[in-house]
Amino acid sequence: MINLAIASGKGGTGKTTVAVNLALALEQENIQLLDCDVEEPNAHLFLKPDFDYKADIGIPVPTINLAKCSFCGRCAEVCAFNALAVFQDQVMVLAELCHGCGSCTYLCPEKAITEFERPIGVIESGTVHGIDFAHGRLNPGEAMSPPLISAVRKLGNPGSITIIDASPGTSCPVVTAVNGCDFCLLVTEPTPFGLNDLALAFQMVSKLGIPAGVIINRCDIGDDGVENYCGEKNLPVLQKIPWDIELARLYARGEPAVLHLPAWRSRFRDLYKRILELRKGAVR
Amino acid sequence: MKKMTIISGKGGTGKTSLVGCFAALAEQRAVLVDGDVDAANLSLITGPTLVEEYEFRASKVAEIDRDSCNSCGLCRDLCRFSAIYEDYIVDPVSCEGCGFCFYACPHDAVRMEERLSGRWFISQTPYGILVHARLGIAEENSGKLVTTIRNKGQELAEAGHKEYLIIDGPPGIGCPVIASLSGVDSALIVTEPTVSGIHDLERVLTVCKHFGVKAAVCINRFDLGKVQSAAIERYCHKEEIAVAGKISFDRAFVEAMVRGMPVVEYSTGPLSRQIGEVWDTFSSLC
Repeated sequence: MINLAIASGKGGTGKTTVAVNLALALEQENIQLLDCDVEEPNAHLFLKPDFDYKADIGIPVPTINLAKCSFCGRCAEVCAFNALAVFQDQVMVLAELCHGCGSCTYLCPEKAITEFERPIGVIESGTVHGIDFAHGRLNPGEAMSPPLISAVRKLGNPGSITIIDASPGTSCPVVTAVNGCDFCLLVTEPTPFGLNDLALAFQMVSKLGIPAGVIINRCDIGDDGVENYCGEKNLPVLQKIPWDIELARLYARGEPAVLHLPAWRSRFRDLYKRILELRKGAVR
Repeated sequence: MKKMTIISGKGGTGKTSLVGCFAALAEQRAVLVDGDVDAANLSLITGPTLVEEYEFRASKVAEIDRDSCNSCGLCRDLCRFSAIYEDYIVDPVSCEGCGFCFYACPHDAVRMEERLSGRWFISQTPYGILVHARLGIAEENSGKLVTTIRNKGQELAEAGHKEYLIIDGPPGIGCPVIASLSGVDSALIVTEPTVSGIHDLERVLTVCKHFGVKAAVCINRFDLGKVQSAAIERYCHKEEIAVAGKISFDRAFVEAMVRGMPVVEYSTGPLSRQIGEVWDTFSSLC
């Protein structure tokens, strides 16, 4: 069993391409792909699964029983997110600001607060090409994605090779997606933007204590800053993918390279072998 | 003043490279804000000189005093973010800063400490003022940091009687995107002709509608997927969204980035002409 995260810092470097093709290359194994980029999930566009499970995910937000409420203001005082405002004979709940921590419910001296789940998105799962696939979709207009990302990760099978496709960046949604994983692939491109964001992503996984390796996508554009950086940091470069019009066209149409260009199947299987070797090395 | 945000839904479509060009094309009439605070890149192509630096403290983290704690376990039971380990050490990455444990602890063993979540900067570039930021690694509250620098940018643009506030937005549709769209007049959505680009464009457009922000679309690298590009144009026509322009795939895009400058300053070729047209159309639309 291994939890393998795919992250990048910079967007559009090829995370989803790597996640989908790696999963397809390992389809004979007990393989699972969790698309944890719930703001802009894309892996399903390439795998086209039939979903047989769907669930609404929400955040528990307070509702006030005014018959019990004494308007003492304690709930507003303890709320760190300014989601409650108490007036003389009214309590306002600003549900979009609520993080669902439960402080107000527990600390209300009149026990006047109960909670209901305010939906923020859905999770869906299904099987395709022998891959156990799941993703989340945040409702547009919703700000808080981490609770939905956690819900997708809860669908992880113990005993599987679980590939986790994260969103771009280095802040809370990415941390929620990669925290606790056994290894993180950082997908980048050899440009100044790619380098800057790779360094941020590497600092993030280092802070979380996750071993990492790098994939350089479109490796023949740009400059050699990324390779020099990886050399300095002893960060293994596990794969280089050249810019290729055929790959770009397949990607544009939503066709995974592994299903059309057989050479990529063995390249991604080799990538997985190298990750396992690196993990063994790390454990030793 | 016209306030505009450049977003994309999908990452890596060319937002920042375009904003760098818009900065040059606005000819000193704009203040720039880099709203992608957890992977900020605009400074890499606009040659900024730092003028002012500020700390960003917007949230707290719980700390448990082991001398006062009698290990009753209440905080661990109550914490919904599983942020307190068995040995009553708080995981700062998981801690949401809600203060539930602080209020609930029967022994007053919890303190809430302010955390330094990032820094933000005012810089001078050859194209005007740039307000940018760096969120701390694995920190939260990127939305609040975006709001902080967006407000500062607006204040500086008003004080300097500028015509434009140009905000380089983050990818996605979540809290920093919403913060970068808040209060602006219009958004330029930079997309690419791929199934992912189209899918993400539709979602980010829904967000613009939700918050009442007028949107226009720019298709980058349109010639790499002519079928998908035509589909985007049809979709925009149906949704009554203006297509502000189409930009060809051109290696000059990356070459300019490597040299740390906006494409329109690097090349006088067709790419720069197309980007100029996008700016003219978009800035007159909004």
